[in-house]
Amino acid sequence: MLYRENGQFKTTYRADQQIFPILQDRVFIGLFLLFAFAVVPLLASDYLFRAILIPFLIISLAALGVNILVGYCGQISLGSGAFMAVGAYGAYNFFVRIPGMPLIPALILGGLCATAFGILFGLPSLRVKGLYLAVATLAAQFFSDWMFLRIKWFTNDSPSGSISVSNLQVFGLPIDSAVSKYLLCLSLLVVIALLAKNLVRGAIGREWMAIRDMDVAAAVIGIRPMYAKLSAFAVSSFIIGMAGALWAFVHLGSWEPAAFSVEFSFRLLFMVIIGGLGSILGGFLGAAFITILPIVLSQALPAITRLFGYEMGTAGVSHAELMIFGGLIVWFLIVEPHGLAKLWSIGKQKLRLWPFPH
Amino acid sequence: MKIRSLILAVAAIAAGASSLVTTSAYAQAKEQFFPLLSYRTGPYAPNGVPWANGKQDYLKMVNARDGGINGVKLTYEECETGYATDRGVECYERLKSRPGVAVFDPQATGITFALTEKVPTDKVPLITLGYGLSVAQDGQAFKWNFPLMGSYWTGADILIQHIGKKEGGLDKLKGKKIALVYHDSPFGKEPIPLLQERARMHGFDLQLIPVTAPGVEQKSAWLQVRQTRPDFVLLWGWGVMNSTALKEAQATGYPRDKMYGVWWAGAEPDVKDVGEGAKGYNALALNTSGTQPKVIQDILKYVHDKGQGTGPKDEVGQVLYTRGVIIQMLSIEAVRRAQERFGKGKVMTGEQVRWGMENLALDQKRLDALGFGGVMRPLSTSCSDHMGSTAARVQTWNGSKWEFSSDFIQADEQILKPMIKAGADKYLADKKMTRRTAADCQS
Repeated sequence: MLYRENGQFKTTYRADQQIFPILQDRVFIGLFLLFAFAVVPLLASDYLFRAILIPFLIISLAALGVNILVGYCGQISLGSGAFMAVGAYGAYNFFVRIPGMPLIPALILGGLCATAFGILFGLPSLRVKGLYLAVATLAAQFFSDWMFLRIKWFTNDSPSGSISVSNLQVFGLPIDSAVSKYLLCLSLLVVIALLAKNLVRGAIGREWMAIRDMDVAAAVIGIRPMYAKLSAFAVSSFIIGMAGALWAFVHLGSWEPAAFSVEFSFRLLFMVIIGGLGSILGGFLGAAFITILPIVLSQALPAITRLFGYEMGTAGVSHAELMIFGGLIVWFLIVEPHGLAKLWSIGKQKLRLWPFPH
Repeated sequence: MKIRSLILAVAAIAAGASSLVTTSAYAQAKEQFFPLLSYRTGPYAPNGVPWANGKQDYLKMVNARDGGINGVKLTYEECETGYATDRGVECYERLKSRPGVAVFDPQATGITFALTEKVPTDKVPLITLGYGLSVAQDGQAFKWNFPLMGSYWTGADILIQHIGKKEGGLDKLKGKKIALVYHDSPFGKEPIPLLQERARMHGFDLQLIPVTAPGVEQKSAWLQVRQTRPDFVLLWGWGVMNSTALKEAQATGYPRDKMYGVWWAGAEPDVKDVGEGAKGYNALALNTSGTQPKVIQDILKYVHDKGQGTGPKDEVGQVLYTRGVIIQMLSIEAVRRAQERFGKGKVMTGEQVRWGMENLALDQKRLDALGFGGVMRPLSTSCSDHMGSTAARVQTWNGSKWEFSSDFIQADEQILKPMIKAGADKYLADKKMTRRTAADCQS
């Protein structure tokens, strides 16, 4: 009854083209943002911030980037971890080599390094597609592993190959408390998500989707495949690179190439598949599913088994976590191959008809 | 269909949320809490499991035998990291704010690096026995890090000294070829600066042969060994990498008695599967193994005989198990030492435990009383030295068990000191920090 658009007339193109055409959605998003920016910092505990919310925000950003490439443009990539690593190491080098380098420009420059790297490794997409491209992008992953382990210049000649940053500041405000880190990640995520949403709604997004759906047909109607594919690689790897820089700077503080291993690439790909390919919301839902669920399971399982008087060991929990997780992934893919975002939109659709479904 | 799945999802989230609430509501007095980061799964599990078992069993034993530390009960919770840095950080954040939290032992070099950035603000000490940052020995720069009993620099130094002695003097190393087959991660790369320094001093040729993590694929590394035929191979491996290296050495025909492992490459899981093939292989030893020491007997008596043991009984007393016991003993002794200053029978804060760890004085008499006679060397820490002892022995696998093949060897202060000073100064400069003052050392 509440979620109904009766009487909401759109009299201008502007009104018709806004991101959330339904008033209730706008109110909901507004309240949600208010909650995220104002209420969460007051309520959440240090653990919730540092172990759950901050990683979730950063990984959402990365998933958003992956979704642009995989979901919107249809270029399957297994090199996302590499793009994150390039973003992180790029930002690090700008940050330590240029005296007085502010944090935000360093992050953006890191993202631009990832853009260049992404375009370079996107070149094979002009000739190969599908699984073959996935294998080609895997090369990016191994190349970045090799590069950051072997070329000492990138790690500022750190003897152990592990590097760290400190004294982070934004406009003179120190970024060291959990709340400040959270707000920094949240602000960047909101801004980039808004930009990405508008990008995929616009002409360039349509080109990406046309390429995804059928590249030959797209070329016939005048879309340049090279431009469309490489721009998708550029935008996506910029966002992923930013996420990588945040992951290294804000979440870990000190890192090594293993922090961006091939496993990370797989996880990001699973996130967009489970969250929903070709949907901005899907990135967030997938990131929540993949990052938060294992943590929740690892804490909930011992508590649940304790109710039945059985003490579960750490190894048991860890194995059970993997099994439940795998089971849920299979279950989701069978029940809803279009991902969590589709479930959400089905829910919205049902709410529109509620309480008189026909 | 869809409604049902929605309900299920909501139920799952609710279960998770409620567990978050329950786990954070541990407010109990008079209990010292020991967070145990461990990995019982993944490629490093064969070595992670006995280590974790030893830590837990010692805690259980102290509770059962002594009733805790001066009446303060010991509690613990394990958190599975899988050796992954991000999971380790999550575990740390989860457990750090528990009441009475004493000390963290991250059990992985990568996690140590990440936590080194975090512990000064949270005021919890970090114990990294035999691993972690080598420069953290300098307690005036690294207030919260304790690489007790040895670092990779001391380990590498001891190995070079031992090889030199075997050859009849360090000057005999001139022109020799020594290869470092290492795990390609901060863990494996740590010894390189010291080995380069030693190579410069004695004129041997150092070859660096990296092995990609986790170390199952080593064909190309051993192809290099076969081509260059180094006089000695130093093995810096962990977990499945060690046994694979030994099998590859066997396949390559490289003599095992020319191979020297770090102390993380010298335990039962590393050689058990290779058996006879590993005969003659040497590795550093920080501690003994076996069930003779009194502390192990106590663990068997108070924990395992009562059916409360953490792992299988026949693995009690193995190399890594004993090392876990030592780590836990040192953590508990740090708390005991802190209690001597800040009040017996009280629960210590992280800051107080840090003081205790910085003022450990475990002489032979004390070690004997604790049941650690012969297991390890006496150890005493100070503000400037967070390591306490740099001695280790070399042990050799005889096909069925480890046997000591050298006396205790002390790492060379002359070489280490300037390197540690320089490394710590660079760290401080990068972080825009200064050395601790004399007054800070007293606190």
